Amino acid sequence: MHIVSAHSLVKNYGIVNAVNGVDFAIAPNECFGFLGPNGAGKTTVMRIISCFLPPTSGTVTVFGLDVTERPSDIKARLGVMPQEDNLDPDLSVFENLVVYARYFDIAKKDSVPLVNELLQFMELRDRGGMNIKELSGGMKRRLMLARSLVNTPELLILDEPTTGLDPHSRRAVWEKLNLLKFRNTTLLLTTHYMEEAERLCDRVAIMDQGRIVTIGTPKNLMEDHGGDLEEVYLKLTGRSLED
Amino acid sequence: MKIRRTWRVLQRHWTVYTKLYKSSFALNFIEPVLYLVAMGMGLGMFVSDINGQPYIKFIAPGIVASSSMFAAVYECTYGTYIRMTFQKTFDAILATPVNIGDLTAAELAWAAVKSVIYGITIMIVIALFGLVDSPLLLLAVPLIFLCGLIFAEVSMITTALVPGIDSFSYFYTLFMTPLFLFSGIFFPVETLPKAVAGIAWFTPLYHLVNVCRAFSAGHISAALGSVLWIVVVVVVLAPVPFRLMRKRVIQ
Repeated sequence: MHIVSAHSLVKNYGIVNAVNGVDFAIAPNECFGFLGPNGAGKTTVMRIISCFLPPTSGTVTVFGLDVTERPSDIKARLGVMPQEDNLDPDLSVFENLVVYARYFDIAKKDSVPLVNELLQFMELRDRGGMNIKELSGGMKRRLMLARSLVNTPELLILDEPTTGLDPHSRRAVWEKLNLLKFRNTTLLLTTHYMEEAERLCDRVAIMDQGRIVTIGTPKNLMEDHGGDLEEVYLKLTGRSLED
Repeated sequence: MKIRRTWRVLQRHWTVYTKLYKSSFALNFIEPVLYLVAMGMGLGMFVSDINGQPYIKFIAPGIVASSSMFAAVYECTYGTYIRMTFQKTFDAILATPVNIGDLTAAELAWAAVKSVIYGITIMIVIALFGLVDSPLLLLAVPLIFLCGLIFAEVSMITTALVPGIDSFSYFYTLFMTPLFLFSGIFFPVETLPKAVAGIAWFTPLYHLVNVCRAFSAGHISAALGSVLWIVVVVVVLAPVPFRLMRKRVIQ
């Protein structure tokens, strides 16, 4: 069974057509990436899968459940790391995770050891008492990743997980994601970075103007179209290097 | 909507409140006391008894009502708006099993809880000033909660509709200030022209002032009409903020 599957998915915002009939399926334990320029519809697809937005038409199922019918049951098994920082600034690092775990009905006696373990995993162990605004960009990202893991998700959705990070922090995030892959978490991510896609993704879908232009393993795409993944991307999204 | 998921969000608000209450609590508490002292003791020296009561005793129950109103309104205008937009707290919460209906319910309920917190605080203050005749005032607490829900509903409707945070100044200037001045806190609305006094009947603060004043004097029966008004309006308004917030948050 597929972890996620979308059929003829369309999403309009008023008269703007953000996603224009896409089909894809993600297998268990796969790392699947969406590549595409800004405004290609990647984030919209992520938000539909995470039951945040209802599709205009078409169907999306996650764990075999329809996103419009069983959002809470789906969300209980998802981890979501959004593009923007939405950590709770009224709470400390530690409290952010404990309060978040509570939304998943994880009692404090279970969440405290779990949170300590996650802070350890993300190398934030000694930052537990800090305010969110005292954290660097890289630490915030790692904390958001930790937060997305509090419910031990079967599927982790990452929207541009390393945008805006310095090379060290980016590598730190990649390392954690690789460990999660190793632990059989299904990963779904969007990115602008070809290196990120090549390092992490088993398969990628290249999106442009609300459509999926191609889907395949990075290796196959490079063989089929010639050049490295960046050249494939530029060729398929209709933008030349001169633009 | 699920009560358990609503409760989870309420717990979040409580966790934050217990961390920050020292600063916000003082502010909400000082202002009503200033009104009581300035108007009651200062202006009150020049005002004859109203309905057989000294002026400060006349306004005291009204101050209970108005502080509980401001607590709820502030929470569901600026508070909710900041969580919804700048802090993106809503986005984070909606990625968990909590849905927009649960979240809206929690915002409304939390505002009503704050109404009660501030209402009770001011009750204690006016009791210490010796301005309460009857312990029946305590029976106003559930009505403060319900009326807090009405203020929260109206505020949440505004929050769901405003284009930006600056727009709240219209709401405060054109709605809250007249409400505060013309709901019978500082003078009986009957002294106003009949048409103007009639408008007061349609606003929630007028009825909460009636309830607090009547209960504080021990005459519950005098405010039964207002009790009924509050119970009916809280239910009638309820679906509107839910519908508008869904529309605002989920396109």
